[in-house]
Amino acid sequence: MPHVLIVEDEPSIVTPLKFLMEQEGCSVQIVSDGAAVMPAIAAQRPDLILLDVMLPSRNGYDLCHAIRERPEGNDIAIIMLTVKGREVDIEKGYAMGADAYITKPFAVADVVATARRYLPDA
Amino acid sequence: MSTTLLLLVATAYLSILFAVAYYGDERAEHGRSLVNNPYIYALSLAVYCTAWTFYGSVGYAATTGINFLPIYIGPTLIAILWWGLMRKIVRISAHQRITSIADFIGARYGKSALLAGVATVVAVIGVVPYIAVQLKAISTSFGALTTPLDSTAATEIPIWRDTALYAALVLAAFTILFGTRHLDVTERHEGLVVAIAFESVVKLAAFLAVGLFVTFGLYDGLGDLFQHGAAVPSIEALYTVDASAGAFADWMWLTGLSMLAVLFLPRQFQVTVVENVNEAHLRKAAWLFPLYLLLINLFVLPIAVAGLLHHGDATHADMFVLLVPFGEGQTALTLFAFIGGLSAATSMVIVATTALSTMICNDLVVPLLLRIPQLNLAQRSRLTGVILGIRRVAIVVVLLFGYLYLRGLGDAPSLVSIGLISFAAVAQFAPAMLGGIFWKRGTRTGALLGLVAGVAIWGYTLPLPLLADSGWLPASFITEGPFGIGALRPYALLGMSELNPVPHTLFWTMLANGGLYVAGSLATRPSIMEQSQASRFVDVFRHAGPQGAAPWTGSAPVADLRALLRRFLGWRAADRALQRYRTRHDLKALPERADEELVDYVETLLAGAIGAASAKAVIGSVAQAKPLHIGEVMDILDETQQVMAYSRELERKKAELEAATEELRAANQKLKEVDHLKDEFVSTVSHELRTPLTAIRAISEIMHQTTDLSPEQQRSFATTIMRETERLTRLVNQVLDLERLDATPVLDRALVDLRDVVRNALSAVRPQFEQQAIALNVTLPNRPCPARIDRDRMTQVLLNLLSNAAKYSTDADPHVAVRMACTNDTHAVSVADNGPGIPEDQQEAIFEKFRQARNRVGPQAGSGLGLAIARQIVHRHEGTLTVESTPGEGATFTVQVPAHPPEPVPATDPEASVS
Repeated sequence: MPHVLIVEDEPSIVTPLKFLMEQEGCSVQIVSDGAAVMPAIAAQRPDLILLDVMLPSRNGYDLCHAIRERPEGNDIAIIMLTVKGREVDIEKGYAMGADAYITKPFAVADVVATARRYLPDA
Repeated sequence: MSTTLLLLVATAYLSILFAVAYYGDERAEHGRSLVNNPYIYALSLAVYCTAWTFYGSVGYAATTGINFLPIYIGPTLIAILWWGLMRKIVRISAHQRITSIADFIGARYGKSALLAGVATVVAVIGVVPYIAVQLKAISTSFGALTTPLDSTAATEIPIWRDTALYAALVLAAFTILFGTRHLDVTERHEGLVVAIAFESVVKLAAFLAVGLFVTFGLYDGLGDLFQHGAAVPSIEALYTVDASAGAFADWMWLTGLSMLAVLFLPRQFQVTVVENVNEAHLRKAAWLFPLYLLLINLFVLPIAVAGLLHHGDATHADMFVLLVPFGEGQTALTLFAFIGGLSAATSMVIVATTALSTMICNDLVVPLLLRIPQLNLAQRSRLTGVILGIRRVAIVVVLLFGYLYLRGLGDAPSLVSIGLISFAAVAQFAPAMLGGIFWKRGTRTGALLGLVAGVAIWGYTLPLPLLADSGWLPASFITEGPFGIGALRPYALLGMSELNPVPHTLFWTMLANGGLYVAGSLATRPSIMEQSQASRFVDVFRHAGPQGAAPWTGSAPVADLRALLRRFLGWRAADRALQRYRTRHDLKALPERADEELVDYVETLLAGAIGAASAKAVIGSVAQAKPLHIGEVMDILDETQQVMAYSRELERKKAELEAATEELRAANQKLKEVDHLKDEFVSTVSHELRTPLTAIRAISEIMHQTTDLSPEQQRSFATTIMRETERLTRLVNQVLDLERLDATPVLDRALVDLRDVVRNALSAVRPQFEQQAIALNVTLPNRPCPARIDRDRMTQVLLNLLSNAAKYSTDADPHVAVRMACTNDTHAVSVADNGPGIPEDQQEAIFEKFRQARNRVGPQAGSGLGLAIARQIVHRHEGTLTVESTPGEGATFTVQVPAHPPEPVPATDPEASVS
């Protein structure tokens, strides 16, 4: 069963994401604070991370870069989900190592399709 | 004595004179000027002593004793004032390139051509009789030696046999040769000055020779001579001074008149001012000139006494200087005396006609010609020929006028009386001249009125009665007045008969002239040009200018170039520039005359200050020394001053503009900051809007696509959508609220009891508090808390604080305490909760727009605008909104607003506490 880590501080957004990922047959872990991300990855390596950018304690770009720095971090698929939709923001996301970048408000179909591309066949 | 011999001697003398003048000019052209010498200068001033002095003084002394003396005491006294007075006139004239006394007066009063023209006419009218006197002296002296005395009266001689006419014509030719010999028209005539000085020596030597011969040749010294005279009662009377009040008054008047004459006679102005090359010469001349006057007067009385003793009566007293040695058979001495008289007459005529011709040309004819557009005079490049022609004609005309005057008057007046008439005429220049150099307020109108009035009265009281004497008018004109009107008798205006004719004229003319000058000046406002000239004349010693007079003998004297530079560039810059030139060319000193390179250098410097075209014109005027261009130079100077004033104005405007630009820059900077803030605001608002939108969109899409949702899940999703929608609504309202607050800075303030506002807010939130089971503890003062506030806005602030307190009341046993404290100065309302509190580093940030303390995010997360709005409202009330918090123990928000000064309102509300 693929494991998905959702990093998001808005509960109302966590709700639909969690629903969608569970529908895809994944196990889901929720983290709402930037500082808790690395420990969560260390505890259980996810196959996919849905990463918000504007977070308490530590922002998403920073986290993305930190994950890619780690040897095991390279295999993890990272999809950035954020309201920051300017060109430079998107470029920065890819530069920090994101596999995909989706701006909010998103269409659920986009999120699902993108997630499916990076999720191992269950 | 034969006519041929006299003509031969006269011709020989004039030839020598011409040679002297020629030599003087030659020396000047070779840069070894003879006139740059105080002795030559002082001798040239002795042109004051004319045939009137040479022949007339003796004649006057033979009839009136020592009454001839005031004419020489005046100049002696005024010499004391020269250093102060004459030096100023000389300095002004050097700066302004003054060419004559008429030019001086015209220039002083705003370069008025009218005034200069009038002054020229006055000078001509005043001086022509004086020239006539000289012609008469020459012809009489010639006649006295060639024909028996009393043979024919001058009027009966046919005009073609009149010696005076030929004398006039010869002198005209001579003056033309002297005064207008040069092709370049400079106003200074070095050869002429040398010749005049030479003539002064000749006439003094001749007079002294006759005096010495009479005193020591005929008699045994002065004592012996006067003893012989004393034997004759009529002669003895001459020795005594008339001590009556009238005679004393005459002395005073004549002394005063001669003081003015020596200053303002055109020929004296010519030699003293125009021909001056160095101010310092004045210092020496101030005692040399009086010394000359003393010497030439030494033997006046002895010769008069001897003449009377030898001829018995005073009929031919004017010719005693010739007749006494002639009668003794002293041919050589007689000829010398004749030459002396001739030199006295010719020097006066030459200088006077030269000065008059300059005036007539520069101040009368040329200004008139310039007004005739057909002539296009100003455009002609070479005016020298035209100007020389005008001057030559003027010389001939002036001398012919002199002759006609003499011819018209016949033998009636004596030499002295005609001379005094001229003195009185030129004295009319005194108010305009003296006022002009000492009184800035004097105006053109005043000078014109005074001059015209003075000359009119002069003409009426002196020359007009002479016409009656000569038979041109009825004698009753003098004795009974015109048409029998006694008050208008020319020698006793308004019945004033106490004074002799000349003092009488002087009294009335000075009264009218001076009075009208002052009154006219005070009644009119000077033009800009007049003001500028007045300041340059009166303050001449304070202005930068050439030190000493400018010897512009050559094509471009360095002194003039320096003066120009100083005028246009300022003293220090000009000197520094010339110093640079000297250093660059390794010169010990600058040459007297500038070479082409230096002229070019100066022109370049000037071009920097006044533009190339003007600089060229200015340099050209100096280099060619054309007097006509001097006015243009001064105009350019004026323009430069205007340009300078304009540039100062520009400077001021520039400073203003810079200030305005600075303001604009600051405003722009502020605008950029505001714009940046706006961008940030919009970006933040859109971010805040996106979050609930994201949730709503995602959940509604899920609900739309997913058919097999459990009822609980559906309700949960719907609840989220509802909550996020509320959140959106709240956010939009608050943004609008904030915008409204920005747009309407004026609060709707009224005097209210703050307790009412608190109660009102409490009653609004009480249901929510009860629902959340939050304990509310309220403490209010028991007296009114008056404040001038916007009731609705303040309620909004309190509601925000109370709902925040409710939102963060996450404790198991939630408490909120509302306390109020009122003083005469401030009212304070605090809302304290026992929630999670706010970390210290975020206690200020929570008041910024869209800032919420991150760890206060909860299910009721607000927009982040509430506290920003609240604080803004409180600030508008000149109050403060602050927070105190210890994380984990809750937060206390306190509003403080200024109290309204207490009013005698009785405390009616006994309520103290509500819970």
